[in-house]
Amino acid sequence: MTSWIEKQRSILDYTLSSLIRRKGKNISLFIVYTLVVFILASAMFFTEAMKREASLILKGAPEMVVQRLLMGRYDPIPLDYLQKIRGIRGVISADARLWGYYYDPAVGANYTVMAPRNQSIAQGKIIIGKGIARVRMINKGDILSFHAYDGQVRSFTIDGELPAASELVSADLILITEAGFRDLFGFPASHATDIVVSVRNPQELLTIARKISEQLPDTRPIIRDEIVRTYDSVFDWRGGMVIVLIMMALLAFVIFAWEKASGLSAEEKREIGILKAIGWETSDVIAVKTYEGSVVSFFSFAFGILLAYGHVFFSSAFLFAPALKGWSVLYPDFRITPFIDPHQVGILFFLTVVPYTVATIVPSWRAAIVDPDSVMRS
Amino acid sequence: MPTSPGRSSKPLISHRSRKMTGKARLTVRKSSLCLVIFGTALLMLGAMFFHATYQRQADTPLIGRVAGVVKTLALTDLCLFTEARYTRHPSQADLFSAFQDHPMALEHFPAGSIVGPPATLRKLHDKLD
Repeated sequence: MTSWIEKQRSILDYTLSSLIRRKGKNISLFIVYTLVVFILASAMFFTEAMKREASLILKGAPEMVVQRLLMGRYDPIPLDYLQKIRGIRGVISADARLWGYYYDPAVGANYTVMAPRNQSIAQGKIIIGKGIARVRMINKGDILSFHAYDGQVRSFTIDGELPAASELVSADLILITEAGFRDLFGFPASHATDIVVSVRNPQELLTIARKISEQLPDTRPIIRDEIVRTYDSVFDWRGGMVIVLIMMALLAFVIFAWEKASGLSAEEKREIGILKAIGWETSDVIAVKTYEGSVVSFFSFAFGILLAYGHVFFSSAFLFAPALKGWSVLYPDFRITPFIDPHQVGILFFLTVVPYTVATIVPSWRAAIVDPDSVMRS
Repeated sequence: MPTSPGRSSKPLISHRSRKMTGKARLTVRKSSLCLVIFGTALLMLGAMFFHATYQRQADTPLIGRVAGVVKTLALTDLCLFTEARYTRHPSQADLFSAFQDHPMALEHFPAGSIVGPPATLRKLHDKLD
């Protein structure tokens, strides 16, 4: 056993000397390989973490939201519908929700204006999200003016800011009183934006949604599962821009592995010939090439994964931020909670390390089984 | 011990020392160094998982607080893409909101490349673009 270990160590010594001899080529190989793993791992870590965080945060979302559809688009819902929904067996509560959008030409940002049911706000006051405070450079006690539906300016005093920790859901929020909301948008007292419904038994949610659709055919119930599923598809690493990133990285990797698999350089072939001529066996030559592939791919993999982890969870995926921000003026400042599992890392390992290592062995095996004399002369 | 003419008493050592000037002498085998780096890399990967678990536990109350805000205010979406109403509230958007100019029209907001259209819309009736 000891002699076997010693032999393997000697082969590894030789492999490392061989890698150092061609350091220019191997360093560039290491950098490209690391970059490929870094991009793949960053995309995987980011999408998975966002998906998991969204599902945890949105556990608090309403069990069901009922919208009214008019001409195929959603429209304010009449408050009469509340009684009809409350009358359905299994419904605990149905409440109107008032919210809308306000475009602020001063900074070119869209705000979400909401009149909360469970939070009391004084008349003439508003509570703003951290993102708005940052973009408008305003704080508690300052006055924020809006152009109302009638062209008049309505001014509100900032009563406070929403907690920074909740920026991921509240960066663009403005909380206002119901009277203030209706006055700002000229929203009729007989209508609401939509209705939130709570049910006694969550297993009956679908049945109740079906009953609502039957009794109020112009409505569209959206259940909490659908809300969470929306974010599953938004952050699905097999969809959207992420797949473009992954495909590009994988294509680079395929070209890269193909270059390796398609054959050895004349210098490498001569080296194998010499090794065979001085008494190395085919299995030893293959062992050298296996170690060579494993050393390069394992260290590139480990370094790429660690870099990706730092990029996504320590620097909030700053390289992805321009793509995520798009044209948004308001963007939440948040840190992503690291949701990673060994399964993800395992997939990445088998996608990158294994094919590359195999790709390095095949041509070496082909060269190693040829007569050393002909290999050296070719 | 007699020394040959022209040679100092410690010729070999001095010669080697001169030759090695400016070069680091590797006293350990390359394989040992490689195994140490390999072990360190494995440790760091392990530390990454440990950090992720630790950070997740530390963030649990924070996520709970955010979920509390979502519950209190009856919010439905993450504030990630504020550029258009259907990207700000993708779960509440019209059924064909991402392509609301007309069905399957080319998307013009950058976030549209991340927020895909609902699966039901991928069934093409007619080729329009």
